[in-house]
Amino acid sequence: MKKAIITVVGKDTVGIIAKTSTYLAKNSINILDISQTVVQDYFNMMMIVDYAKTRRHFEDIAADLAELGLSLGLKIRCQKSEIFERMHRV
Amino acid sequence: MITKSEAIETNRMILEENLDVRTITMGVSLLDCADSSVKKTCDNVYAKLVRLAGNLVKTGDDIGREFGIPVVNKRIAVTPISLVGAACCRKTADFVRLAKTLDRAAKRLGVNFIGGYSAVVSKGMTPADELLIRSIPDAMATTERVCSSVNVGSTKTGIDMDAVRLMGEIVKKTAAKTASRDSIGCAKLVVLCNAPDDNPFMAGAFHGVTEGDAVINVGVSGPGVVNHVLANSCRGVSFEVLCETIKRTAFKITRVGQLVAQEAAKRLGLPFGIVDLSLAPTPAVGDSVADILKEIGLEHPGAPGTTAALALLNDQVKKGGVMASSYVGGLSGAFIPVSEDQGMIDAVNAGALTIEKLEAMTCVCSVGLDMIAVPGDTPASSIAGIIADEAAIGMVNQKTTAVRIIPVAGKKVGDTVEFGGLLGHAPVMKVSKFSCDAMIARKGRIPAPIHSFKN
Repeated sequence: MKKAIITVVGKDTVGIIAKTSTYLAKNSINILDISQTVVQDYFNMMMIVDYAKTRRHFEDIAADLAELGLSLGLKIRCQKSEIFERMHRV
Repeated sequence: MITKSEAIETNRMILEENLDVRTITMGVSLLDCADSSVKKTCDNVYAKLVRLAGNLVKTGDDIGREFGIPVVNKRIAVTPISLVGAACCRKTADFVRLAKTLDRAAKRLGVNFIGGYSAVVSKGMTPADELLIRSIPDAMATTERVCSSVNVGSTKTGIDMDAVRLMGEIVKKTAAKTASRDSIGCAKLVVLCNAPDDNPFMAGAFHGVTEGDAVINVGVSGPGVVNHVLANSCRGVSFEVLCETIKRTAFKITRVGQLVAQEAAKRLGLPFGIVDLSLAPTPAVGDSVADILKEIGLEHPGAPGTTAALALLNDQVKKGGVMASSYVGGLSGAFIPVSEDQGMIDAVNAGALTIEKLEAMTCVCSVGLDMIAVPGDTPASSIAGIIADEAAIGMVNQKTTAVRIIPVAGKKVGDTVEFGGLLGHAPVMKVSKFSCDAMIARKGRIPAPIHSFKN
């Protein structure tokens, strides 16, 4: 497994999860966990995904997702999970 | 699994609190480049740097993108050039050629600074050491990206006062040679005591002779992160909670450095050296060590209590950072560069912070009198006296101290100097007008202190 964390922040709109997961499925990226809240029209989501089976370069995935985010008026970041794991686990 | 609030916290540190990897520094030994011909040595140096560091910048940028954290600087540190050029350099111009070669290599490789135009003269100067030192003003005036340093003492060897006296003159000459640019040459020149062989931060970085052929060292920076957490959760709390909070935050910050260092080392096929867990500020808003001191409860750095607050901060940064990394080294403490920290600049302008107080602070933090602008007419002997003071603090307290002082040609107290970029801007600070000429004129060295005899 190669894990990454995708965070999505911005104004809530229809289809965010649908569009993101469609992109991930197309690129053989498996979603392991989703956690999301909408607070006062603000959408905040984190996905933990496994990108071991994708054929694309990680950076291209991150760039694509950032662009998808822009098209939806959101900020989508895709980061390899180690930066979170190392910081928050002893 | 990582929780949403943990992911949010990490990204907030990066996006809003200025958490970044301050530098990936590749240390490279140039000892095998030494030749009896200056030209051959220069060619060897250039070829080795390009061969080893060709992918450094791209690797740093790739890692930055994949983990979503800025890797701000990619830099190189080399063997002290006084050693590399000892067999071929016969005049200062020969050493300047080596400096220009380093500059050319840095530009070709895309690194913004290359450190190691240096001499380690803790006990005495060889002819090559002295030649390199005398070439520093020209080298600093005719190159852009080369950083220079001279180590003038250590706890084991004492202080080479002949080198200290010479460095007072060299700092003044470097200031004069770059007078048209606010003496910026001095911003790339550091005089140290107990200099470490693996410091990744400029301008004092060099690849010491205790190191292997090449290594990856990383410096992180997170004053903004510490600031934020103190402002949000530590107003009025006990020292116990304050210290614990700083320590835990330092752990998180340093862990990022550890990750990036190991990744960079793996991708470049080089050993991972150390993480320097220093809290290093930048002129950016919210990235200030001085602001942390204010959060601890001082009206301005320089007020009574400042030395204690800095001691607390420095110690907790180390305690948290040491747990976070498998190898800690370099300077590893809090930095207090005046021109690179807006809070320090404000404190000087408010009249709260003086050179004397800064000197006290250097006893408990990791650098020294750093990026201090002083009047252009400060005598060389006084500069030497300031260097001697810092060296004595380092020697007696078994720590690294350094002086990066800029006697700005044509400027006086009340003026401001603008260096630009990461070097920031600084108010010219007052230096005691009383003379130490007679002391500085004495020849020889100050012996090592008694407590260095540990056998």
